[in-house]
Amino acid sequence: MSGKTLYDKLWEDHVVYTEDDGSSLIYIDRHLVHEVTSPQAFEGLRLAGRQPWRASRNLAVADHNVPTTGRDKGITDPVARLQVDTLDKNCTEFGITEFTMTDARQGIVHVIGPEQGATLPGMTVVCGDSHTSTHGASGALAFGIGTSEVEHVLATQCLVQKKAKNLLIHLNGQTRAGITAKDIVLAIIGKIGTAGGNGYTIEFAGVAIRALSMEGRMTVCNMAIEAGARAGLIAVDDITIDYYRNRPYSPKDSDWFMAERLWQRLHSDEDAVFDKVIEIDATTIKPQVTWGTSPELVVAVDDVVPDPTAEYDAVKRQSMLRALEYMGLKAGQAITDIAVDKVFIGSCTNSRIEDLRAAAQVAKGRKIANNIKLALVVPGSGLVKKQAESEGLDQIFIDAGFEWREPGCSMCLAMNADRLEEGERCASTSNRNFEGRQGYGGRTHLVSPAMAAAAAIAGHFVDVQQLS
Amino acid sequence: MQAFTLLTGLVAPLNRANVDTDAIIPKQFLKSIKRAGFGPYLFDEWRYLDRGEPDMDCTHRLINKDFVLNKSQYKGAEILLTRENFGCGSSREHAPWALEDFGFRVIIAPSFADIFYNNCFKNGLLPIALAADCVDGLFNELSEGYTLTVDLDAQKIIAANGREIGFDVDENRKYRLLNGLDDIGLSLQHADQIRAYEVERAKRAPWLFV
Repeated sequence: MSGKTLYDKLWEDHVVYTEDDGSSLIYIDRHLVHEVTSPQAFEGLRLAGRQPWRASRNLAVADHNVPTTGRDKGITDPVARLQVDTLDKNCTEFGITEFTMTDARQGIVHVIGPEQGATLPGMTVVCGDSHTSTHGASGALAFGIGTSEVEHVLATQCLVQKKAKNLLIHLNGQTRAGITAKDIVLAIIGKIGTAGGNGYTIEFAGVAIRALSMEGRMTVCNMAIEAGARAGLIAVDDITIDYYRNRPYSPKDSDWFMAERLWQRLHSDEDAVFDKVIEIDATTIKPQVTWGTSPELVVAVDDVVPDPTAEYDAVKRQSMLRALEYMGLKAGQAITDIAVDKVFIGSCTNSRIEDLRAAAQVAKGRKIANNIKLALVVPGSGLVKKQAESEGLDQIFIDAGFEWREPGCSMCLAMNADRLEEGERCASTSNRNFEGRQGYGGRTHLVSPAMAAAAAIAGHFVDVQQLS
Repeated sequence: MQAFTLLTGLVAPLNRANVDTDAIIPKQFLKSIKRAGFGPYLFDEWRYLDRGEPDMDCTHRLINKDFVLNKSQYKGAEILLTRENFGCGSSREHAPWALEDFGFRVIIAPSFADIFYNNCFKNGLLPIALAADCVDGLFNELSEGYTLTVDLDAQKIIAANGREIGFDVDENRKYRLLNGLDDIGLSLQHADQIRAYEVERAKRAPWLFV
């Protein structure tokens, strides 16, 4: 009998019951809750007269709708305010721990989970947010769910699921100096496409993955969903275990030693069989910049905007033509000739301390270009913000002309006041470049934090290593 | 949840791949704490030429006459025919809520994003994945007043000319959708097994239950 994949192990550990057709009731160890996808779920509980199955396994935070300035004045948008107030009320009513907007620990749900040790290796983690895949970086089975499933988890601490297939993405060789986790994952999506992982759980492996910090691994797993996979995974190693030591919600004392032993087995067996294996050469990955309206429309910074007429697939060619029109670009245009209007450094993909350090290193002693209307740095959590300030990063950004904001999802999806205006072009460290994502008619280019900072300084895209 | 059994409905084509949930229902509408009323804002940025805001009265907005769903021959369409990876991106269940509220009951595409696919079944909406050439065939056949019959129990699509196309669906999902069953109620029938699992798991990972 062949060995098990990491995903097989995590799945088996959580099966409560399996139906004849293979669909299973699986136990959920941690449910993260935010204001946008939960109100209808709480209302459903209330209408059915149900209580949370195990309130202590839930952790809530408001992140999507919160303003990143003037928090002392509260939320001015009445519709957003009602949604955040509703979360506060629901958490109080149902006995769920919440980091409210003024709590020092408040932040983006996928940043605070690992930061608090609230999401841990070996867990099943769900949240009404597709970027829940982030938590797979710790060797947890983590995926996004809809609001009906949010209600289901609240009521039963379980979900009805069918097991996905196993996909291994193996990176061969080490990346070049200066290549970040964001470049790696964008290059992967460019290769396999946004539907490449549909129906699969992706495990990322290889020395280039092992060399990443936990935060870098989170960036990779965060965008597994952009490759079509609900969940991305990375095996546990010493980097994982060191990261979770002494986190507020991490196991303590004898539990810690027990956990450490249990987590050591969270890797695929050597003879594990995957349904599909994709090999990627890590040594040739260059800094990546998306040019279109899907994350798969991505090229290296020294490349040009592709020519749709060279695409033989009619549906793809049509998508490329539409993307070029929306993005206001021409085939053959050099990526480094694309000027940007706004820069956004933040989101659950890239707002952790290492991301801010990488961007600050580029910004240090420099000024943003005259054509940059706004350059935002939005830390992923109150604790990331505090840490950055203790290192003087805030001052570096402010001196360079960036704005230093309060934590939240901000311009990644522009539910609050931070957004692009029609036709504006943005270098963004977020995860989606869909039409209108960052504001009606806005044009998004996805890049790493260092590349976003470099674009802010140069006023256009530039290889951060060649920034003068 | 409303059940889905058999439907004969008008087909509207949306000839785009990778239609994401931000396009299906833009984020400003996600501030609502309600589950209903998203239909008027379905595909908002494609359907209208002006910028949509929550609670806006859509009857006086600038219509994009070129957008397929605004064409008179597709008024009342209940079946959406589209391209690969439909519903990619965000997990927002507001996407199937908006499609259902607009009047769609069936979506036919070569493939769907996993979370969206799952969300449809919770809302009486049937997503059907067919082979790409089969979807191509339907796009080619489509003409004014084109209808299809979808029989979930028999797992068949029947064209007006009598041609039948079979489709796959999980037994469990089919059963729940055919009967409009409440998932939570069904899962709670296993409450004793959930409790027993927790007791076992607490032995292996006690820190989860402190």
